[in-house]
Amino acid sequence: MSLSSQKGNMNSIEVKNLTKKFGSFTAVDGISFNVKEGEIFGFLGANGAGKSTAIRILCGIIEPTSGDAIVGGYSVMNEPDKVKLNIGYMSQKFSLYNDLTVEENINFFGGVYGLIKNKLEDRKKWVLKVAYLEGKEKLLTKDLPGGIKQRLALAIAVIHEPKIVFLDEPTGGVDPISRRNFWELINELSHKGITVFVTTHYLDEAEYCNSITLINAGKIIASGTSKELKTKYLTNTMLEVECDRVVEALDIFSKQDWVEETSIFGNYIHISVEDENSARSLAEKTLKENNIKIIRMDKIVPTLEDVFIYLLEKDTKKNVK
Amino acid sequence: MLNRIKAIALKEIRQLKRDTRMLFVLFVFPLLLLVIFGYAINFDVHHIKMVVLDQDKSFDSRNFINSLTSSSYFDLVGYINDENKIKEILDKKEAQCVIVFPKDMSRQLYANQNVKIQILIDGVDGNTATVIQNYFNYAVQSYSQKFISNVLAVKGIKSYVPIDLEPVFWFNPDLSSTFFLIPGLIAMILIITAVVSISLSIVREKERGTIEQINVSPLTSFEMLIGKTIPYIIISLLITVVILTAGYILFQIPIKGNYFLLLITTLLFIFASLNLGIFVSSVSQTQQVAFQIATIISMLPSTILSGFIFPIESMPVPIQWLTNITPSKFFLIILRDILLKGVGIEAFWQQVLYLVLFSAILLGLSTLINKRSKVG
Repeated sequence: MSLSSQKGNMNSIEVKNLTKKFGSFTAVDGISFNVKEGEIFGFLGANGAGKSTAIRILCGIIEPTSGDAIVGGYSVMNEPDKVKLNIGYMSQKFSLYNDLTVEENINFFGGVYGLIKNKLEDRKKWVLKVAYLEGKEKLLTKDLPGGIKQRLALAIAVIHEPKIVFLDEPTGGVDPISRRNFWELINELSHKGITVFVTTHYLDEAEYCNSITLINAGKIIASGTSKELKTKYLTNTMLEVECDRVVEALDIFSKQDWVEETSIFGNYIHISVEDENSARSLAEKTLKENNIKIIRMDKIVPTLEDVFIYLLEKDTKKNVK
Repeated sequence: MLNRIKAIALKEIRQLKRDTRMLFVLFVFPLLLLVIFGYAINFDVHHIKMVVLDQDKSFDSRNFINSLTSSSYFDLVGYINDENKIKEILDKKEAQCVIVFPKDMSRQLYANQNVKIQILIDGVDGNTATVIQNYFNYAVQSYSQKFISNVLAVKGIKSYVPIDLEPVFWFNPDLSSTFFLIPGLIAMILIITAVVSISLSIVREKERGTIEQINVSPLTSFEMLIGKTIPYIIISLLITVVILTAGYILFQIPIKGNYFLLLITTLLFIFASLNLGIFVSSVSQTQQVAFQIATIISMLPSTILSGFIFPIESMPVPIQWLTNITPSKFFLIILRDILLKGVGIEAFWQQVLYLVLFSAILLGLSTLINKRSKVG
């Protein structure tokens, strides 16, 4: 990941004022951003935030209502067919053919992308190696374990060696170990100079990204590296409170005007406050009044999750107003 | 473009090869339909069950009965002696007709008097009843004629028949309705298997989400649809061979015409049917829906509106227009022409033209809908 500084400053994706409306509903609302060549770009947001629509536009599957995006040098508005030739795509829904063997799947997608003979054989070897399936090409795809399927899908998504690959929630429903392995593979691709555009629900995965963009209700509400997001957007102090009757305490905190945000993490409560010292004494006082015992209260470095919850709530409040 | 079409077609064949259940259905279902329809749908009336109330019990009454039962048209189920039993017999469907010879029939015959034989027919099935009546008419006429010539001969006069009709039925000399029906049946079977199989295969990709990977690939809708069609054209041609062979073995359906013309026109019809299937797939999201629409859209019109069973000429004019929605109507004419008549393209070029037009319109429409659904 430290490689990002060495990578060129060429943009591999440039999005300008991209808007997509479905009837009166605006799914993507004038977003603009750039993705640098070879970086892992995390595109995050809640369900329905517009992530999938944006990805579908960038892949040339659907046309934007207005604005444009240059993907790998081609406009999605004017040359969607060229865009398609130069990208790879893998979605959360496993989209290889379960009733074909590993090799038949490779042959099929290779054929779709126009690979023939030696080139196809070369890439086949590579895919099999990456998916740990050497010597198992005659297995039916439906019999493969989930993690292997995911690797195979990714490898096939880049069988034609595209410069950019889009991964739409690629690790949905995969066990943690396979997920970590999968991210190693993503890193490998990035090291080879392939731009990886990834959406995910798992915020720990977002930490692997060189650059993160958060969208809500079709608009970008934050972007930067993981570190930048944690410091730039969250100027408040984050306190982690461990106490009795967590749910009640959360309710009490959320009613205090000196508390900006509250969220619950298992047995702990995270509260975001402006001034640490006054907040500590106020918290102790308030909980004592309600007969709730504080076990521990620490200042913590906010996690990405804290940042996102903070940003999303702020944005949602703004939208309601 | 050709490479991509080849990739899709190969993939489809591999999937089909693995789907043994579907393959079994694709080949056994047509045979089953052929046998069931071929034997069951039969408008020829044979073995009419007949009961006799013979109040005369004379040589002539027995002779007349013999003349009926010596053919395969009538089966004598039994005699009754009581008039009141007639109603019961017809009610219980023990016989389709009861023939009543009056008392003194023989005596009146030889006294140069007109005799009335009564025939009571179960009229519920109007078609069969008419046929029975016609058979009787014929039997009565020929018996009367023989009788008259006998009477005249006794008087020393040689009788002759002034005019005789000699009907010759072309193309289907035995007037077997099976002959007439099988071409329609072939059309129906082909259209059902084609529409169902291809629509399911496309909708399955939507259901499983594999279509998404295709959508982001450089494959165009058109390439995808053509690639999908090729394997099913092959399958449908194989089915055609199976049906024609079975039709020849089971029902002696000949192929009098040109084999090459048969191949070309069948290909056209299959292509038209597959396009109908593609259209079905473009308007359905699940296999279940696709299957239902596919069977209804293929089976109903090709049974009712194609002229397969009901002659189009006797339909009301608006319905006659409606019959154009099914390509079966046109293929059926072509098939009857090639199989039974053995005539050439000059007889059915209009039908061929229609099939081409039908395919083109549907393929265009489905490509358009497919493109739009990607957008939506």
